[in-house]
Amino acid sequence: MSRWKQLWRIVPLLAMLSLLLSGCGQENLSALQPKGPVAEKQLTLITISISVMIFVLIVVFVLYAYVLVKYRRKKGQTEYPKQVEGNHKLEIIWTVIPFFLLLIIAVPTVKYTFELDKDYSKDPNALQVRVSAHQFWWEFEYLDQKVKTAQDLVIPTGRVVSFHLETADVIHSFWVPALGGKKDTNPGMTNYLFLKANEPGVYLGKCAELCGQSHALMDFKVRAVPQEEFDRWITAMQTPTKEPATELAKQGETIFKQSCISCHAIYATDDKGERRVLGGGAGPNLVNFGNRETVAGILYNSDEIGGPIDPEKQKKNVRDWLKDPQKIKPGNMMPNLQKVEGSQMEYVVEGGPLSDQQIDALVEFLVGQKQ
Amino acid sequence: MAHAHTVKRYTGLMDWLTTVDHKKIGILYLIGGGLFFLLGGLEAILIRIQLMYPQNDFLDASTYNQVLTMHGTTMIFLAVMPIIFAFMNAIIPLQIGARDVAYPFVNAVGFWMFFLGGLLLNVSWFFNGAPDAGWTSYVPLANNEYSGKGVDFYVLGLQIAGIGTLAGGINFLVTIINMRAPGMTFMRMPLFTWTSFITSALILFAFPAITVGLVLLMFERLFSANYFDVAAGGNIVLWQHIFWIFGHPEVYILILPAFGIISEIVSTFARKRLFGYSAMVFATALIGFLGFMVWVHHMFTTGLGPIGNAIFSIATMLIAIPTGIKIFNWIFTMWGGQYSFNTASLFAAGFIPTFVMGGVTGVMLAAPAADWQYHDSYFVVAHFHYVIVGGLVFGLLAGLHYWWPKMFGRMLNETIGKFSFWTFFIGFHMTFLVQHFLGLWGMPRRIFTFLENQGLDELNFISTIGALLMGVSTIAILVNIAVTQMKPRNAPADPWDGRTLEWSIPSPAPEYNFKQIPLVRGLDALFKEKIEGKKEMTPAEPLGPIHMPSPSILPFTMSIGLFIAGFGFMYARWDFDNGFLDAIFGHYIVAGAGLLITLVSMLLRSVFDDHGYHIEVEELEKEVHA
Repeated sequence: MSRWKQLWRIVPLLAMLSLLLSGCGQENLSALQPKGPVAEKQLTLITISISVMIFVLIVVFVLYAYVLVKYRRKKGQTEYPKQVEGNHKLEIIWTVIPFFLLLIIAVPTVKYTFELDKDYSKDPNALQVRVSAHQFWWEFEYLDQKVKTAQDLVIPTGRVVSFHLETADVIHSFWVPALGGKKDTNPGMTNYLFLKANEPGVYLGKCAELCGQSHALMDFKVRAVPQEEFDRWITAMQTPTKEPATELAKQGETIFKQSCISCHAIYATDDKGERRVLGGGAGPNLVNFGNRETVAGILYNSDEIGGPIDPEKQKKNVRDWLKDPQKIKPGNMMPNLQKVEGSQMEYVVEGGPLSDQQIDALVEFLVGQKQ
Repeated sequence: MAHAHTVKRYTGLMDWLTTVDHKKIGILYLIGGGLFFLLGGLEAILIRIQLMYPQNDFLDASTYNQVLTMHGTTMIFLAVMPIIFAFMNAIIPLQIGARDVAYPFVNAVGFWMFFLGGLLLNVSWFFNGAPDAGWTSYVPLANNEYSGKGVDFYVLGLQIAGIGTLAGGINFLVTIINMRAPGMTFMRMPLFTWTSFITSALILFAFPAITVGLVLLMFERLFSANYFDVAAGGNIVLWQHIFWIFGHPEVYILILPAFGIISEIVSTFARKRLFGYSAMVFATALIGFLGFMVWVHHMFTTGLGPIGNAIFSIATMLIAIPTGIKIFNWIFTMWGGQYSFNTASLFAAGFIPTFVMGGVTGVMLAAPAADWQYHDSYFVVAHFHYVIVGGLVFGLLAGLHYWWPKMFGRMLNETIGKFSFWTFFIGFHMTFLVQHFLGLWGMPRRIFTFLENQGLDELNFISTIGALLMGVSTIAILVNIAVTQMKPRNAPADPWDGRTLEWSIPSPAPEYNFKQIPLVRGLDALFKEKIEGKKEMTPAEPLGPIHMPSPSILPFTMSIGLFIAGFGFMYARWDFDNGFLDAIFGHYIVAGAGLLITLVSMLLRSVFDDHGYHIEVEELEKEVHA
């Protein structure tokens, strides 16, 4: 009976193993459900190493279970067992076999390490995107298209995207598990990473390096779309948005130009009457804000990831954010618009705290920022 | 009498503050390390409660980062390492047949530096918050600009505690090289002594690196130097290299003594000599050597390029070979043996499969292209907890139950002991096994919360339940200790049918350890005598007076001095509301006073000779008959 008991210890392990192989976790986040060639190769490497290692585990566990059962001290054993010094043959075996097992892992490791660290930053066929990490948001700049966005990254499917990873403050780490592994953003340096998406979808991105209070909330989305749709999106980002239509939105624009534009860029009318991107780069770029998946990267505008935007939800999210950004993302630089005193960057909000009506105007203006 | 000096003896608290006896210092380390272990464990429970549900608000973001940083820092520097030192102090001189360590005074300095450094780190909770930049304190996050005052406590507290560790490491190197009993050649040393010896060598080479790093960070924070300021030509990756050149060997500093403990226990309870003893010794040395060659595997995502990554990847994988040798040697020590189960041997038996599971994920992490998915995710959290908790803590708990009678003269309760093993074992796997999956499913580490509907809810909940179970186990161990402490001191000298020298003397060991230094005639010295039908060791010397070092308060005052100086430096530029505080801190008066206490203590130590005292033959004979 006791041998069966030993076997029972292995059962949960096997159960977990099948769980692993079935690739659980959420589809647009899990590294076990790759949506691009980089993540696929990484999963191959993970599978090779995990298989070899599970083989090792099984050998050790079976031997160990056998020893624990067979060589327990029995009643009445007073004589010492034979004092064995060692066994050269056995010891050589368990030195040499692991060596070959490691070789099985080492060869593809070196191959993929070079292959996946390739630098596409000069490749004209690749889409060049500069990623600037900030406490606690991401800025994406399409270098050739002269387009900037924040939090929501749009990429074409089937095309290599070369990321130029930089940071404005501390070390962050750019990670989209479903598309491929991560790389750090180091102050004063540029790292290069390439990813590619096979199929359209929304994939979740994370910051993987502790970067301060709201490290946990530094999420972003990668929306992979077919090339034509991507081109349409780029054109939309380059085309000025229309003047606000409603009276409330117009009021919102005035407030935005007074208070927000020193940090946030957006389409607005300049002194010469020309409509173009205006504003500072200290905060997230808000061009085409009305089309984004989320507010602040974590408040979803839709009922499911990648689903259609629910306007009411979106308005609520923007309102919640504007009213108390510190509650939603502690430690970020966005001032509380209704509490000038004690909030960061007090000087930004001219004319004192905004009323609820003014916040509503701002919300109306912001959600209207789309083509 | 030729060498009669007055015997200085203290009682009560003063006895503990002034002791230079390695066994008492071992107990002090155990108490100190144990207290910090409870603190670190409490912090772990807080972390897990916060992550029990998505978007939980049990801890706020800032508090969470402090708890997280202190959990890591406390566990590594202030809990497991001192507990290792506790066993090294309590056991090594006994295992090699010595009367004490080489430098008893330095040994006491080591303990007090560790303890007061650790205290300094932990009082940060009551002054402007604990460190919050992670236990690795990566710059620029750990610079003044991005983190709180707590990081100053990290820098100075670890600096002071580090002095203690380095002193301890050097002491054990000298002790093991110089103070072995006649016949105790290197290749007859018990494995715990061997692994501690290699660990001490690693400390000697690795701790100067962290010391340098901490000095740079201290200058950066307290005196605005620019080592890590990119705008001024500094480099932030420099910190990572320095930290991990220390940090990786540190992993082996921690785990090697656990390997030693397991070797002792497996061999004792299987009633067999260790299988492949010499292979074990060389594997240990090889692991120690390779441990210095692999630090870059902590930095695969830093962007060092494929050549560096590939080289360090292969070097890392190689460590699996000597480690594998050890695993198989343990299994084959049990093969053909008569393994019996009690709390100590259960923890040792639990160690082997658990540690193997931590080891195999280590090999997986060593593959850079795959590591880009694992790195800084919960997969890594799972891996190193399998190694450090599943390996080291299991080893330490095994050692605790194994050597408790030798250290305290009392046997721990077996029923409570077994209960604590099973709750710990089950709780441990529940907590950390699922974290592998959390990592692969996209959960980054060091996050204070996670959004719902990302597929991470259930496993986080299971993990928390497991952590609580480990908490129950810890309470059971404390109850066990309390219950045991109320019983009479009646442990036999050799309760487990031991094989090494520490079991040849009474429990607890008398202050001079060996009345006569034993003659060692082979590996497992005591066992060799036993199978030849002898009850005790053959002495190597005639009975004579034993020279003992005098107790001294100076190690304590030296450390207190640095503790005070630490505050002085940290708050020199602080704006106090209070004019008096402003004056004494602002003009470095507190810092100076602290340093003065330390320097005067050192001066006193050098100008007054310590002749020690002797235990005379009559007294030795009296104790035997008593």
